[in-house]
This record gives sequence, C-alpha cells and structure tokens, in this order.
Amino acid sequence: MNQWKNFSKGLLKENAVFVMFLGLCPTLGVTTSAINGLGMGLATTFVLVMSNLVVALIKNQIPDKVRIPAFIVIIATFVTVVEMVMKAYVPALFDALGLFIPLIVVNCLVLGRAEAFASKNKLVSSIVDGLGMGVGFSLALTALGAVREVLGSGSIFGLSFLEGDGMLLFVLPPGAFIALGYLIVLANKLKAKTT
Amino acid sequence: MEYVLIIIAAVFVSNIVLNQFLGICPFIGVSNKVDTAIGMTGAVTFVMVIATLFTYLIFQFVLVPFELEYLRTITFILVIASLVQMVEIMLKKISPPLYQALGIFLPLITTNCAVLGVAVLAVQQDFNLLESVVFAIGNAIGFGLALVTFSGIREQLDMMNVPKQMKGVPIAFIVAGLMALAFMGFTGIV
Repeated sequence: MNQWKNFSKGLLKENAVFVMFLGLCPTLGVTTSAINGLGMGLATTFVLVMSNLVVALIKNQIPDKVRIPAFIVIIATFVTVVEMVMKAYVPALFDALGLFIPLIVVNCLVLGRAEAFASKNKLVSSIVDGLGMGVGFSLALTALGAVREVLGSGSIFGLSFLEGDGMLLFVLPPGAFIALGYLIVLANKLKAKTT
Repeated sequence: MEYVLIIIAAVFVSNIVLNQFLGICPFIGVSNKVDTAIGMTGAVTFVMVIATLFTYLIFQFVLVPFELEYLRTITFILVIASLVQMVEIMLKKISPPLYQALGIFLPLITTNCAVLGVAVLAVQQDFNLLESVVFAIGNAIGFGLALVTFSGIREQLDMMNVPKQMKGVPIAFIVAGLMALAFMGFTGIV
C-alpha cells in the first residue's frame, strides 16, 4: 500500500511537468511527436530509476559536503550509458532527440529525486519513487507530443489521419509553449476535481 | 563579419530559450521581477562564456587526443560544476559587490541546461576557439534578451485579470509562446 503511494504520487499529484514544473527543457524541446515524447520519457525513466537505485545504495558512504557532485557523476554515468545504447540500437530516435539526451544530466527532475528522496529513503522505496516519477514524466511528454502531433501534422504515433498539413504552428517552437500552457490548465482542473 | 553573423544567429534567429528550449527553468522560475532577471542574466553570461572556453579546451586537447569523446557529458558537467564553485569563491574574495548581486544565482546555474547545452553545441558544430567564445557570448545575450523582456511582460501580467486556473505558470507559458512566435519573424535574416 505504501509502495503504491510512492509510485502513484508521480502520476498526477506531484507530476514532474504539470505540477512541479521540473524538466521543462526536454518537455518542450522533443515533443514534436508522440513517439519522440515517449522515447525521451523512457530514457529519462531509466536514468531516474538507476540513479535512485545507486544513490540509495551508497548514500551512507557519500560525505555530506560532496553529495551533489557525487550525485551528478552517478547521473552522468547513466546518461552516457543511455546515449551509447540509443546511438547503437535506435539511431533514428537518437538523431531526433539530439542534444536533449546529454542534457538529461541537467534535468532538475533527476537530481531533485536523488537529493529529495533517494538520499533519505530505503532501496525499494527509492526505485519505486524513480519509476513513478519517470512514468508520470513519460505520460506528460507523450500527452504533449500527441497534442502537438494531432494538431500540427494531423497524425498520431506516426499514423496519419489527415490529408495535407495540419496547423504547422504546433510543430514549431511557439506551439510547444502554448500547448503546454493549456495542458497545465487542464491538469490544474483535474487536480481540483480529485482533491 | 563571420563573428557578427554568429552573434545575430544566436541572439535572434535560433534564440536559445525561445527556439532551442534551453534554460527554460530559470526562464520561468526567476522571471517574476526585472531586477532578478538582470542579475540572473549577468551570472549566466559570466559562467556560460568561461565554461564554453574551458570545455572547448579540454575537449580539443584532452578528450580528442586520447579518443575519450564518449566521456564528453561527464567531463563537461563536472567542469561546469567545479567552475561555478570556483567562480563563487573567487567573486567573494575579489569583488564582494558583484558577489552580492550574482551570489544567489550562481548555485542555480549548475543545473541550467543552457550552459551545458551551449558547451556541447559549440563542440558539435566544429567551431574554433574564438568562434566558440563568440557563440557563447551571443547565446548569453539571447538568453538575457528573452529573460528580461519576458520578466517585463510578467510584471504587467500580475496586474491583469486572468482566469483562476490560468494564473501564474500557465499564462506565462502562453505569453512565452507568443514571444516565440514574434521571434520567428527573424527566421531567414542570416
């Protein structure tokens, strides 16, 4: 029951994107399509879970003063792993996400969870927390990617349902800001209803 | 002329915040007041230029000769993190007034993806040393321009009658979208 709470809080109540406004750069930068959003979400989830796992394991060995640099090194290690794996197995997605893969290192969400949760909690809770936050982040990115893809290019997950072009604006940078703004409004409404 | 083009491209055409989506956290986080926005811009400019210079040198003269390019991400973030610490300590000694002005923003900059992003982009685009530094300066100006104008708009926005669910961040995003739309007008001038 307790673990379910650790998992589910990342989905809506403390959703990284819609509620905490963490990790906004990749959120806006890669969500030109639902697939890109999902890919970025999964990559970030992997880094979140692994870094939470390692931080929870060795938290007692890290001196308090060099805590943050140590966390950053751990995170950067897993980001490099993701970078190499994606380059080898999904080169198309790797090219689409581009600069934002190395930038997972400075995603405040990952460092935030390591600092605020994994460094204070037990191993299993930390893994579950990372997983929940990652799934919430992936959901948010996929949702934003889907909205932009439907409005902007008239397709969903690459399946086209519209002849010709959609509203090009939503694939371009301004559309990212506007779509995210309205999605946050929607999330606020949902949250107001459930609580 | 080439350097002027790099600066114009970085400031207007592919503005780091409104077009490349780097540094969104400070863009939304510290844009409530014009004063703090200016302070943040100063700190970012300072760190971005020095960090790009150092990471460029380390990449070209340490990582490339030893074929360690895959360590780029780890090396760059460590260089930036230690640089921010060093700058903080040195500023405290050398120029207390400047430290007073920039102090609170410095720790935040380590996780500002604009700094790491510009360092990585400068290396990826095969710039030489001077071009990299000019590129960093241009991006810092672009960041400052977007941040300061945006904070000016947000100060006005506070007094507006905005629907309850849209107050704060959501309306800020929509305003940022309109700003990005305006900046798209610069596309094609370089």
